[in-house]
Amino acid sequence: MNVAGLRADAARERAVLAALASPAFLILGGLLFIPAGWLFWLSFYDETGLSLANYRRMVTEPAYLSVFGVTLELSLLVTVLAVCLGYPLAYMIAKLPGRAATICLTLVLVPFWTALLVRTYAWLVLLQRRGILNTLLMKWGLIDQLLALVHNFTGTAIGMLHIMIPFLVLPVYANMRALDHDYMRAAASLGASPASAFWRVYLPLTFPGLAAGTVMVFVICLGFYVTPQFLGGGRVTTVSMKIQQNVTTYVDWGAASALGVVLFVMTAGIFWLASRVLSLRSLTGMQPP
Amino acid sequence: MSGGALPIAVRELTKRYGQATVLDGVDIDVASGEFLTLLGPSGSGKTTLLMILAGFTRPDAGSLRFGAQEMVRTPPHRRNLGVVFQSYALFPHMDVAGNVGFPLSLRGVSVDERRRRVRTALELVRLDDFGSRRIDQLSGGQRQRVALARAIVFEPGVLLMDEPLSALDKKLREQMQIELRRLHARLGMTVIYVTHDQREALTLSDRIAVIDHGRIQQIDTPRRLYERPGSHFVADFIGDSTFLPVSVIDGVARWQDRVLALADPPAMDGKFLLVIRPEKLAIVGVGAAGGGNRIDAVVEDIVYQGDSLRIDLRLADGAVITLNEPARAARIAALPARGAAVGLVMDPADTLLVPAP
Repeated sequence: MNVAGLRADAARERAVLAALASPAFLILGGLLFIPAGWLFWLSFYDETGLSLANYRRMVTEPAYLSVFGVTLELSLLVTVLAVCLGYPLAYMIAKLPGRAATICLTLVLVPFWTALLVRTYAWLVLLQRRGILNTLLMKWGLIDQLLALVHNFTGTAIGMLHIMIPFLVLPVYANMRALDHDYMRAAASLGASPASAFWRVYLPLTFPGLAAGTVMVFVICLGFYVTPQFLGGGRVTTVSMKIQQNVTTYVDWGAASALGVVLFVMTAGIFWLASRVLSLRSLTGMQPP
Repeated sequence: MSGGALPIAVRELTKRYGQATVLDGVDIDVASGEFLTLLGPSGSGKTTLLMILAGFTRPDAGSLRFGAQEMVRTPPHRRNLGVVFQSYALFPHMDVAGNVGFPLSLRGVSVDERRRRVRTALELVRLDDFGSRRIDQLSGGQRQRVALARAIVFEPGVLLMDEPLSALDKKLREQMQIELRRLHARLGMTVIYVTHDQREALTLSDRIAVIDHGRIQQIDTPRRLYERPGSHFVADFIGDSTFLPVSVIDGVARWQDRVLALADPPAMDGKFLLVIRPEKLAIVGVGAAGGGNRIDAVVEDIVYQGDSLRIDLRLADGAVITLNEPARAARIAALPARGAAVGLVMDPADTLLVPAP
């Protein structure tokens, strides 16, 4: 009874859903996948035609190797520091009562709402040779010569760290907030000191959030451009900066594309690894963040 | 496997949250090996009291001794108490044996000894072969048992339980109550148990402390609490009671103009309430001869409830009281019709007065 009519209704609902999603599909497909595919194709070409020269260069030329070295070192350092600073911060906010937690979380999020360039220049004002920090430290007599805090690796790391902390705090905080207080109470009642309760119960139970945040921070760091460009002072060259150089200075789309492909493969690989670990975690009964 | 049950002494325990006084000078003594239930409506302070005993909440004032030792400032991990949580709080990243073995590994028990004691604890809660199960593979009742095994495996002198059965369905809950009785009889530790379920409290406890507004209203054996409640609140909170106003003058209790025969008359004159419990009344014919306190009533409604019949009766002054009849065929056949006038009889031993509030 009514079979044809009900089927037609279902088909109409599907058509409406497809129509609603189609603009996003067109933008993603037309403006992202097609150019990216074309760049992928370009990376296997040089002036002589089809070749692997663009990739060979990356393993043979020391300049390229050091670009990858710097990028990985910078990303690892920023990720480790973001974990060291972000995890305790998330813990403190998760412990606060509702209203205070909302305020603190908003403060953490303010960097998200400020333009990247503005924040980067702000660091320049703070950290440069005659900047606010150096001036104050000298005035208080804590240092007797000016610190080189910017236009180098240190400055780049500080600027990136500041931008990345919210990316770590948010998933970790969400995980901590969702955690039942009774777990830590149970651990204490069973005889666990605060330290062993942390290592044996709290950290494992907040690991999914921590892993998600860590992966996010590391992957975004791999592709950083603006901050190293402005705070690195030409001494820090990351993969993205090398890509930009290849395009604007040498007009070598093939070399730039090859770098992009490698960066993409690294990122995808990290996500794949992380998804393996995280799904393993959820298999052991832990809630995903 | 009792590691020596401990007596508990609570003195003048007080806890305020801002303006609200949650515990108002609570005194309790629990004998070693006793099963004491804290019973009260929600917001009465019973859970706060348990949290203070466990060390998760800091009181504003008071003393708390387990055995001879003052514990009120001891952090929870040094109190050596078993705690069973309403949410069970089993660690999802450990299997059943990992959870039960956790307190032992914290105490530096060797791997072999730990394995042996985990097995014994799981046998005790009838989960012999569940050691390698993940927590999310367990049913609610099984989780409850694992939580219990984890709380007793290190042989604490005191076991605290916070509404541990409230997440289970009725049948399982009743089954677990029997198991808890059996375990307590076998292990003999001191138990403090929080519930808002009066039947559960009556079933499990050696004594029950009824709490309201942060004060102990009465602390007594289940039978004395039910049959000799000391106040209107306790009589109302435990059991389905209806109350009729009674005045006692010169030692003679009267409801309206009838004199009531009492097995246990009050020591003082004044205003009282007659406590009428549904199972203490019997229906007799109007004007039938016989002893006991008689009340005339009209049958207002008869509701079939499976195991029993609930009969609502209207008294001459308009008050409605309720009576329970077991649902046996002969009794059902003999029931009066709706609207019929009947006589009700209550034995003097069951006729109970509490002071009017």
